[in-house]
Amino acid sequence: MRFAFSEEQEEIRRQVRRAIADGGGVLAARRAMLEDAATDLELWRRLTRDLGLAGLAIPEAHGGAGLGWVEIVAVIEELGASLACVPFLSSACLATAAILEAGTPAQHDALLPPMARGEATATLAWLEAGGDASPAAIETAARVAQGDHVILSGTKRHVVDGHTADLLLVTARTPDGAVALYAVPAAAAGVERRRLPTMDATRAQAEIVLSDVHVPASSRLGGGGWPPIGRALAKARIALAAEQVGGAQACLDLGVGYAKVREQFGRPIGSFQAIQHTLADMFVLVETARSSAYHAAWDGEHEPDLEITAAATAAYCAAAFYRCAADTIQVHGGIGFTWEHDAHLYFKRARAGRTLLGSMTDHRDTVARSLGLGPLGTQESR
Amino acid sequence: MDLRFSDDDERFRAEVRAWLEARLDGDFRDLRGLGGPGREHEAIEPRMAWERELGAAGWIGLGWPAPSGRGASLWRQVIFHEEYAQARAPGRFGHIGEYLLGPTIAALGTPEQKGLFLPPIARGEQMWCQGYSEPGAGSDLAGVTTRADLASGAWEIHGQKIWTSHAHLADWCFVLARTDPTERRHAGLSYLLVPMRQRGVTARPIKNLTGTAEFCEVFFDGARTAAENIVGAPGEGWKVAMATLAFERGASTLGQQIGFAGELAAIIAAVRERSADRDPEICRRVADAWIGLRVMRSYALRVLAHGEQGELPLAGLGAKLYWSTWHRRLGELAMDVLGPEAEIIAGAPYGLTPLQETFLFSRADTIYAGSSEIQKNIIARRALGLPRSS
Repeated sequence: MRFAFSEEQEEIRRQVRRAIADGGGVLAARRAMLEDAATDLELWRRLTRDLGLAGLAIPEAHGGAGLGWVEIVAVIEELGASLACVPFLSSACLATAAILEAGTPAQHDALLPPMARGEATATLAWLEAGGDASPAAIETAARVAQGDHVILSGTKRHVVDGHTADLLLVTARTPDGAVALYAVPAAAAGVERRRLPTMDATRAQAEIVLSDVHVPASSRLGGGGWPPIGRALAKARIALAAEQVGGAQACLDLGVGYAKVREQFGRPIGSFQAIQHTLADMFVLVETARSSAYHAAWDGEHEPDLEITAAATAAYCAAAFYRCAADTIQVHGGIGFTWEHDAHLYFKRARAGRTLLGSMTDHRDTVARSLGLGPLGTQESR
Repeated sequence: MDLRFSDDDERFRAEVRAWLEARLDGDFRDLRGLGGPGREHEAIEPRMAWERELGAAGWIGLGWPAPSGRGASLWRQVIFHEEYAQARAPGRFGHIGEYLLGPTIAALGTPEQKGLFLPPIARGEQMWCQGYSEPGAGSDLAGVTTRADLASGAWEIHGQKIWTSHAHLADWCFVLARTDPTERRHAGLSYLLVPMRQRGVTARPIKNLTGTAEFCEVFFDGARTAAENIVGAPGEGWKVAMATLAFERGASTLGQQIGFAGELAAIIAAVRERSADRDPEICRRVADAWIGLRVMRSYALRVLAHGEQGELPLAGLGAKLYWSTWHRRLGELAMDVLGPEAEIIAGAPYGLTPLQETFLFSRADTIYAGSSEIQKNIIARRALGLPRSS
């Protein structure tokens, strides 16, 4: 029984931390979020070219490091702590998992190596207008065309890093009503994409309009319908949960640091029980959320109930981060309400995370269904 | 990361399970599910016999160092507690002696004290209670005023303790008493071992809001104990008392969670029976409870894994606050699931259903063994390094 990272895993974490610190930490995120790409290209270059982290979960046969979700969690927790604006969640977690889960070996060979090298990024385009996370809501159509081609048409929304990704993994409905996943080059004719302005400027979302996009039928990833996509989303939810743990810890650190130096009534505000108890509650949330995310990372690779595990930790960590971010603004008082202070960046990232990969209500309903309670929403079974 | 028990530990688990099943299907079959928090009044004599059965089989003092105990690893202690809870073996009377006093004596006691006290505790024959809290010293434990004076080879004790579990059944009590009246607060306290069955000791059960009585108030009115029945030197009582608390490394927490899971399962069964899952709000609250329990297990495993390597990690300081808050909410959920039926008790005069007991008794969880407010103070000071509030 060992509930800790190995020395090698800790070393990866330290390298990430160093790369972030060298780039300026949250200041770098502030710079990146003002640019069109909303990406800290310098940090992404270091993480990918220097450290090889884009391929962390990609098997060695496809040019990756052949590691797993425990390593992913260690890396993304650090990225979350500094609000790093890099496509790690979208490409190295979500899209990588989708290709690995849904694709054939030949498709792994074709798609994963450039991602592992950090030369290309990918993302999953699954939500549409209305943002319903269930597969039943997918209306984008895949029509059969001549010459062994498929024509995709529809509009995807809330595509994480969708304005910069080189490859779009698009969910669509086939003529027989099944859900299928297609690998679509972002540069393909008929793909129009625009960044959606977001309240959380540190993570970009795009709308992608597919107007009769012709792709070869072979670009359909496997033939497994929704289940592999569901598993990929579950793995990405565990990664997002760990990112939220990093963010929550940063909010606690900010609050504790400020409470020790800010004086009112002639004493540090951290000596007042009202402040102490708020921070103590944040501490419990951070440590429990961290335990849950680490446990889920391990469970995700060893236990059968991946999607329930992911839903549980996703709901818990999203709530924990949100509460910590909200409370750090409160502990900071007026300064916490300014644009200049970082607190609002965490708060907005925390808000966005509550609905990024399915809503917290979706996650709780998934758990309730697994307990035999319901009917709630649509079964994710197709 | 490797969250699996070793093969050796799994064999140990099988051994524990087989023993418990044999006894609880045999002579002690009526005891399953009896006793425990809120139900300590149940089957007292048979449960005392069960203590002796546990002792005879060598299960008491599993984690104590050899030769008094078996020196089992923390994980084996965890496994024992898990299996114990899974088998619904009866609530323990001997846990205060085994888990609080025993390790204290083993670490800080004299050779004579080890010889005198550890064997009868390990045999399940000697029951202990804890004399810490007083009417004027609850959260502020350093405010104890119970006095002990050394006169003609014995300590003579005057004062009152309260919230003492099992005092009316205990043979002995470890008492935090003021032995130097010129010192204040933490100084001048001593850790005394006092026989309960003597004139000068009166234990009076306190009926609590569940209608049952498992805590007592204890009056020491000239009670006596031999001069050598002190752990540590006179004046070191605070240090020893804190050491007693530090021996708690959470071996029982996973077992406790199995009990919680049983309560949650009963709630889910009630939801189905009453079709309360027509209400999505109820479904989501049940989901939250389930998620919260799963998080509790992850947290406990992480803390135990660190604790096994020595020091308790600061990360674990939130454990008591977390589970007690979760449990209290679970009780509230149970009542909301039952709707108007929640009001109807099992029978006169005040017989409660198990879910009603969970609901009512869980109000104590956030008070005893360090109230939630004290837990937060400790986190603020020790884990976060915030300045002392004055």
